[in-house]
Amino acid sequence: MDMEDILLTDAIERYHKNEMSPEERAYFEDLRKNNADIDQLTVEQLYLLNQLENYSAQKKFKSVLKETHQKLSQEGIISPPTATQGRIYQIWNRYKRTVAVAASIALIVSVLTGLLVSVLNPAKQNNIKPLVEKLKEQDNKYKKLEKQLGDLHNANEQQEEKPRVESKFRATGFMIDVNHNIIVTNAHVLSEAKNLLIVENDKGEQFQAESIYVNADNDLAILKITDPEFKKLAPIPFSVKKNSADLAEQIFMLGYPKQEIVYGEGYISAQNGYQMDTLYYQLSTLANEGNSGSPVLNKNGELIGIISSKEANAEGVVYAVKSTSIYDAIKEMKKVKENEDIRITCNPILRKTDRVTQIKKLKDYVFMIKGN
Amino acid sequence: MYKEYAVNQFEPDKQLLRGLADQDRDSIEKIYRLNYPMIQHMIINNSGSADDAADIFQETMIVLFEKATDPQFELNCLLKTYIYSVARRIWLKKIQQQQRMLTQEQDFEQVVLVDDDLEIHEQKQNQFNIMESAMAKIGEPCKSLLEAFYVNKKPMQLIAEEFKYTNADNAKTQKYKCLMRLKKLFFAEYNKKN
Repeated sequence: MDMEDILLTDAIERYHKNEMSPEERAYFEDLRKNNADIDQLTVEQLYLLNQLENYSAQKKFKSVLKETHQKLSQEGIISPPTATQGRIYQIWNRYKRTVAVAASIALIVSVLTGLLVSVLNPAKQNNIKPLVEKLKEQDNKYKKLEKQLGDLHNANEQQEEKPRVESKFRATGFMIDVNHNIIVTNAHVLSEAKNLLIVENDKGEQFQAESIYVNADNDLAILKITDPEFKKLAPIPFSVKKNSADLAEQIFMLGYPKQEIVYGEGYISAQNGYQMDTLYYQLSTLANEGNSGSPVLNKNGELIGIISSKEANAEGVVYAVKSTSIYDAIKEMKKVKENEDIRITCNPILRKTDRVTQIKKLKDYVFMIKGN
Repeated sequence: MYKEYAVNQFEPDKQLLRGLADQDRDSIEKIYRLNYPMIQHMIINNSGSADDAADIFQETMIVLFEKATDPQFELNCLLKTYIYSVARRIWLKKIQQQQRMLTQEQDFEQVVLVDDDLEIHEQKQNQFNIMESAMAKIGEPCKSLLEAFYVNKKPMQLIAEEFKYTNADNAKTQKYKCLMRLKKLFFAEYNKKN
């Protein structure tokens, strides 16, 4: 090893730390100027020393942080939240006042709008058309034939199948909780199902369901598949948006305007629904009878609404219940039915995937709602 | 008058930052006490865990430390707002990388733009990582020797005793050898990444 190299390294170190006398410093700088090799070596060395210094400082700093964290944890000042309830309670306390003010404003507004609506529009429902398809007699005849043929076929194969339900109507619904087999659809759909309610997937398999919550105000109904033959689906691939979607946001939907699943696209054309109803979006898209209860999603695959009705006098004006109402409905439902549990999970699966993949994943969660 | 008020408003925060730059334990502890719960709350409400919160807060403190030691840096908002903004940005980036779903909780705190600061931080962090991996590769006794001198700033005489070298000059020669090895490893890694 060259003694000179050690001396030089040592010199650079002292130069770096500003430990040189003015004369020595001048001499060293002169040396750098006149010797390219030494200058190059110095530049590298200084860079390394700077990095080493930053590294050391951060390393030390991290150990102080760690000790502080430990100390404060022991003192209980830093503590992981023990229960969700506690945390919500804390937030509630913190924002109680704001919430109270907001709530009272909301109350006043809703009472006022209610009054206005009832005064100005005694016949509100007249111009909008619910999108449940009433199946015609003929269809049922055709179904009967189909069924007989099916029975024949089954008899040949000696299989037993449960009798197919003859439905008076067809609408759409979608699953939001696979653990409890919960399906959301429109409230007005259920008015047609007086005796029997079933859901049917796109393979034509029918399952018995029952309604566990209906709210005509926001046109939402919650159903539960009670059929023991229903096989649990994989976790829900979409999330239900907790806040409002934006004007002009692109949307798509899946529904059953006919006996097979149909895809549709559009955009949010207004933040409020028919006659400024704040519970609805106005969409620009095409929807037909049978689309009632269709899930409406944005490009990230977040559920933002549920198709409910369309303007009878204009083409392409469709109304959808806002997804936030689903959360309200669940909250309301839990008040009445304590033993029913519904959980909405947030799943990122549909983010940043192309539409075809999104639809493939979503399809299984969209059902026909039928009954008589 | 307004300006005077504004200056005074940030004074306690600036004091804390000065303490932070000196790695003063009391200042660090105070910053923790004042801000940790807020950050933990934000992260847990955005699909993170308590452990995530600890990591993000540590990284935020490092950004803050870098800023506090930078003579150019001037705090133009409340320290709390700055910390919240930095932590939020780091966390958003992290969940985007992990493709986790963000529930988009509403921000309860004010937010300022910190993208530039974080870009600098990222560069520094890259350099730190290069140095860390070079240090990890260098092996013993070099690692301990260099850390004793450069990180813990121990005098050569003490290092010679601790590492059982016959004298300080001997220790110095050893340190030189180690430093050269570190330099080789560091620049090898550095050139690979740049």
